[in-house]
Amino acid sequence: MTDAVTTHHPPSSFIRRYIFSTDHKIIGIQYLMLALVAVLIGIVLSLYMRLRLAWPTETWPLLSKLFPEGMANGTMTPEFYLSLMTMHGTIMVFFVLTTAPMGGFGNYFLPIQIGARDMAFPVLNMLSFWVTLASFLVMLAALVVEGGAPISGWTAYAPLSAIGEVAGPGLGMGQNLWIISIALFCLASLLSALNFITTTINLRTKGMSLSRLPLTVWAWFTTAVLALLAFPVLLAGGILLLLDRIGGTSFFVPAGMVVSDKIIPHKGGSPLLWQHLFWFFGHPEVYIAILPGMGLTSQLLSTFARKPVFGYRAMCLAIFAIGLLGFLVWGHHMFISGMSPYSSIAFSLLTLSIGVPSAIKTFNWLATLWGGKIRFTTPMLFAIGFVSLFVSGGLSGLVLGQPALDLYFHDTYFVVAHFHLIMGVAAIFGIFAGVYYWFPKMFGRMMSEGLGKIHFWLTFIGVYAIFVPMHIMGIVGHPRRYAESIGYDFLKPIMPIHEFITYAAIFTAAVQLLFLFNIVWSLAKGQKASVNPWEATTLEWTVPSPPPHDNFGHTDPLVYHGPYEYSVPGAEKDFIMQTEAPART
Amino acid sequence: MIPSVTTTTRVRTPALGQRPGAGRPDDGRPPDRGEPPPPSPRTYRLGMIFALAGISMLFLGFTSAYVVRQGLGGDWQPFDWPPVLWVNTVVLLTSSATLWRAGVCFHHTHWRAFARWTTVTSLLGLGFLAGQLWVWHQLRMRGIYLNTNPNSSFFYLLTGTHGVHLAGGIVALLWLSILAWRLVRPTEATSATIARCRIAVDVTSLYWHFLDGLWIFLVLLLFLWR
Ligand code: HEM
Ligand SMILES: [Cu+2]
Repeated sequence: MTDAVTTHHPPSSFIRRYIFSTDHKIIGIQYLMLALVAVLIGIVLSLYMRLRLAWPTETWPLLSKLFPEGMANGTMTPEFYLSLMTMHGTIMVFFVLTTAPMGGFGNYFLPIQIGARDMAFPVLNMLSFWVTLASFLVMLAALVVEGGAPISGWTAYAPLSAIGEVAGPGLGMGQNLWIISIALFCLASLLSALNFITTTINLRTKGMSLSRLPLTVWAWFTTAVLALLAFPVLLAGGILLLLDRIGGTSFFVPAGMVVSDKIIPHKGGSPLLWQHLFWFFGHPEVYIAILPGMGLTSQLLSTFARKPVFGYRAMCLAIFAIGLLGFLVWGHHMFISGMSPYSSIAFSLLTLSIGVPSAIKTFNWLATLWGGKIRFTTPMLFAIGFVSLFVSGGLSGLVLGQPALDLYFHDTYFVVAHFHLIMGVAAIFGIFAGVYYWFPKMFGRMMSEGLGKIHFWLTFIGVYAIFVPMHIMGIVGHPRRYAESIGYDFLKPIMPIHEFITYAAIFTAAVQLLFLFNIVWSLAKGQKASVNPWEATTLEWTVPSPPPHDNFGHTDPLVYHGPYEYSVPGAEKDFIMQTEAPART
Repeated sequence: MIPSVTTTTRVRTPALGQRPGAGRPDDGRPPDRGEPPPPSPRTYRLGMIFALAGISMLFLGFTSAYVVRQGLGGDWQPFDWPPVLWVNTVVLLTSSATLWRAGVCFHHTHWRAFARWTTVTSLLGLGFLAGQLWVWHQLRMRGIYLNTNPNSSFFYLLTGTHGVHLAGGIVALLWLSILAWRLVRPTEATSATIARCRIAVDVTSLYWHFLDGLWIFLVLLLFLWR
């Protein structure tokens, strides 16, 4: 076992310092880089899918060279479409939305914001990252093994995922790798979650009472609790699924199933059992993706409106309420599974009640903005964009949460629109906000504000252009997870929408090059960042940019103030740092 | 109108020490201590408690699957357990008692007894694992395999997963035993070893007793809900 704190001086060898590092800051950056690679792959996969959807009969000779199997005659086979979709969803949900906000920013800034020198268990922390990386590599390997990636979606619904190659390409080796990768991911997330929780409870510096924690910390803490309780259930499901596939058991495979004219020799299992296990994890997972963004948004709105966050306590309670309710609503993904109407009603009421804490958060954000001296910096724009996306995606959640409506909308593009707005893009906006806000602290240089603002506005317009029309396609009845966009007559009239969305997607993806350029350019040429360029109050803005190995040097910081003391009447500046000692009287 | 007014009136700036509030215990030393704070046993204990919460959720997932799958009926066939299983259960329960003894001896600084009881506990743990493998062997001899029927699937799954966790505990116990025997012959490193042991005894006991309780739960589940 290792010591609960790191050594005082940074290790001198390059490998120990930057690669197998136990420094939470290095680990945070490693997670962010992993997420960056993952998101680039995820975007490329989605563009391939968009090409197929918008121009289903077009041939792409160039692409067929890249994917000789999946795009044999230059057009994408429906199976290949599905495997792209599976990998896109899995990579985005697990390796981007779960790793960047939590593993990336959480690792880097949680210890600093609570005044600690590192995480409670630095070696465990390092292990979490390397297991996550291994998990990612195993997942990518699924793309290149024989048969390719699985076609069962990021939800890996049984029995499709449980019976092997007879059910389709990618369901042999590819699906096994998928399960193993997810199991590794679960392990890594568990280790990291218990580290976050212990650190927050035990390593706060003197004066950092619970009511002085920044809301980002509350959000990371709650996220960690969700991860600790949700990932083991997915792990359990994954183990059962793997046993069904390679151990000959029948947990999820029903009796007497005939697939491709073959009788499947399993008996008596229940595919719905998988759905229950998966969604018991799956719904909390969507909050794991979004809660850190909520915390950061609160932080940024307050900082850049130069006003205390409205209703600190209510914000905390809302986070807890969302976390708690998140464990009770998984059935809303299963309304059409034939569950009893009484269960549907219970799940529906619980689901809709999540609207209450969500609305509390939204109104408190608006109240924080109200009457503030707003500084429209790039991180602030992304935080406001987050609020906007959260509201537009949340409204369709209220539609889907009603069984009568969901019976129609389930498995249509309406759901795709809903979860992309609220989970996909909102969480991504949270990540962008985090990058623009914390980049100066992490790398000691400012990012270009001009480029940042262009990046924001084009992305903001782009994502709405992509996802709002999908609501209409859903209302028309366009099925989701479906490559043949002209497969039915009733879909033909909405082909122009498909084309429009694909153009918007290409546009939005291209805009992200601006972001990449901004990062590279700012790393090299950006203006040097001061200790506290945004005039914020939390502890990370008291240490040099970038912070030294042990964050606070030889002195543990002392905290005297809450995190949101902006525009305090009578104060000389419009912000009071958390560490500012009160004047002696 | 402007909410900041109400919030700022609540701003408190208490003197330090009046409201320590923070999680790190106030050890009375000045903040500028130049050295990182020593590893706190409380941190390890908390970490272990949360790890156990995670493990509990894993088994809760299995349990709910068990209940659902059993309720589907049809192919579920109860089978008789090899009697060794009860011996194993007694062995595991005993190991909890011996580990508890070891802890008591540690706190009374009876190093030799501490080392002895820790070693005994490790051996009992190994005995339990060997016994479990024997159970599996006997079942296989009777033609009851993982995929024979859902009851046997769950039997292998649950005993296996429990065993894997227990194996981790045994590694920790063996390591603790080595530390413990080192204490018997005092050297200058002894005080550091004692500090490590204090944490290790604490955390390992938590884990071990938890696995013991988990085993009771699994036996009851598998036995009563056939
Ligand atoms: C007011 C709050 C919300 C309500 C009432 C709500 C309701 C729903 C419902 C009923 C579905 C199932 C639709 C179907 O498959 O037929 C759904 C799907 C989904 N929701 Fe939400 N939701 C809410 C907030 C969120 C948030 C905050 C996120 C993410 C951060 C999220 C992410 C998702 C995802 C990813 C799916 C699709 C999963 C899949 O089938 O692949 N939702 N939502
Ligand atoms: Cu949900």
